[in-house]
Amino acid sequence: MVLGIDASSSSLSNKNLSVLVVDDDPLIRMLHDNYLKHFGLKPHVVENGKEAVKLFQLGIYFNLILMDNEMPIMNGVEATKVLRDMGSTSMIVGVTSRGSPSEMQTFMEAGLDFCFEKPLTFDMIDFILKELNMNDDDDDDTNN
Amino acid sequence: MDLVQLQRQLVEYRTSLYHEGFLDEQFTQLQELQDENNPDFVVEVVSLFFEDSERLLNELTKALEQQSIDFKRVDAHVHQLKGSSSSIGAQRVQKVCIAFRNYCEEQNVEGCLKCLQQVRHEYSLVKTKLESMFQLEQQILSAGGSIPM
Repeated sequence: MVLGIDASSSSLSNKNLSVLVVDDDPLIRMLHDNYLKHFGLKPHVVENGKEAVKLFQLGIYFNLILMDNEMPIMNGVEATKVLRDMGSTSMIVGVTSRGSPSEMQTFMEAGLDFCFEKPLTFDMIDFILKELNMNDDDDDDTNN
Repeated sequence: MDLVQLQRQLVEYRTSLYHEGFLDEQFTQLQELQDENNPDFVVEVVSLFFEDSERLLNELTKALEQQSIDFKRVDAHVHQLKGSSSSIGAQRVQKVCIAFRNYCEEQNVEGCLKCLQQVRHEYSLVKTKLESMFQLEQQILSAGGSIPM
């Protein structure tokens, strides 16, 4: 049976999701910020892994964290490890510009849920949001 | 030139940029992000790209002029340039960056210098072309028309 409603792309269901973008490149931050706004989200944006960890320590929870790998002060791999060690249950999606299988693997092993190569596309974000909404729907009556 | 001609010119120009590999579909995605809430999005992102790139190209020139070249540093700059060029769809710049990084890994000075020249060239080409395209768009808007998709 098909519901006929694509909940993941509807801005309504996305409004409750909190998103953090972690990237040292201002152009990428602006781009990802706008991508997510297009899907009805209001992302918070920081420029390195240490800032992301600080937010967690302050008790601020994000449903989704988009994590770049190569950043100064604290890179994506380190930040992901630290966040997981501290007990973060956010969905963490790595966004890497290297794309070599071994680097993506290292990044995944740090505790990512998914890893994509830059640049992000609409399809990738759609996929991520669907996954997020599926996790949130755990207690609902779903048809699948 | 009348409005319809201007619009046709823009479409042809844009198409040629894709065909010649100056832009790829990432640029199309950028255009799709532009709407009434964000009417200058593409120009803003591209301007950021220009600023970023010019800074990086200067850093690269300095780094490669050193007596003893820090290839890690050079690689870090090229990496950033590759990232931003691929994010706006500047395909030809991105391609040179890929080759550039290989030379960095090999610590090949000549290769790096050649790539620097090439990337400067490709960057100035795509900059000129994007600026021309924006100018055409402005002309259309000033004439009271809308930008064809």
